Amino acid sequence: MFGISNMPGSLFDELWRFQQEIDDLFGSGSLPSGIRSLPRGSFPAVNISQTPERVDVYIFSPGVDPKSLDISMQQNLLTVTGKREIKAEEEAEYYRQERFSGEFRRVISLPEDVDPERVHAKYTDGIVQIGVERRESARPRHIQVH
Amino acid sequence: MSTNTEVTRRGSNGTPQAASSLAAQRAQSAETPIRPPVDIWEDKDGITLCADMPGVSKDRLNLRVDGANLIVEGQLRLELSQAAEALYADVRSSLYRRSFALSSELETDKIEASLKDGVLTVRIPKRAELRPRKIEVQAAA
Repeated sequence: MFGISNMPGSLFDELWRFQQEIDDLFGSGSLPSGIRSLPRGSFPAVNISQTPERVDVYIFSPGVDPKSLDISMQQNLLTVTGKREIKAEEEAEYYRQERFSGEFRRVISLPEDVDPERVHAKYTDGIVQIGVERRESARPRHIQVH
Repeated sequence: MSTNTEVTRRGSNGTPQAASSLAAQRAQSAETPIRPPVDIWEDKDGITLCADMPGVSKDRLNLRVDGANLIVEGQLRLELSQAAEALYADVRSSLYRRSFALSSELETDKIEASLKDGVLTVRIPKRAELRPRKIEVQAAA
């Protein structure tokens, strides 16, 4: 179908590079777990990255209608609630039902310097990306020597 | 490892396939792929498989039948800025991969797939002659 053998090198080379990047980025991220964090494997999975200017939260919520999501910020506490209801097919025999179905809620503590007034969210390929800007005063400043 | 030797040998032939399979080997050995959760059900016409693969777009999905196996593979992509560093990560791999053994009554050349909002749906029809048929009993006149 999307035969890799017909695409010499390119796809997997790119894949390899990207994996290195994501390993560098997330592989070492082992901070102590937050008091509100959920065990690994809970739905939805979450990744968080930061730069001096902003914090990005990635919520892995495939097949969720973005309109059904409720995203709120209270100071540096981000709460995401939503629902994914998978209706079982009638007249069918199930062999596996591993996908999460039901309501979910995740509460995420972001760094203290985020600005709850400057948040935006978008949904692409089943991932909600929530970008929160940080306050100017918290950013590293360059000091000129005269 | 015998697989590595095989790849090296093929690589020395200089075929494009060898280059891509070497890269594939490296990529696959670099990290443990995510095993996407699936729902699988069967009705009278065929088998349907649904897999959660958030972050995979159509062009990064690789769905194929290899011999008697259905292989589901996808590359996860996040929009990250260059300077980003990790604060927290549930997802620590960027490759989804899972395979399933098919059986001979399934029509593997008529598999249909769709990908929407990170959910892959694969429909594998059964051969028409092997679908259960209901036999009508004619009432005697």
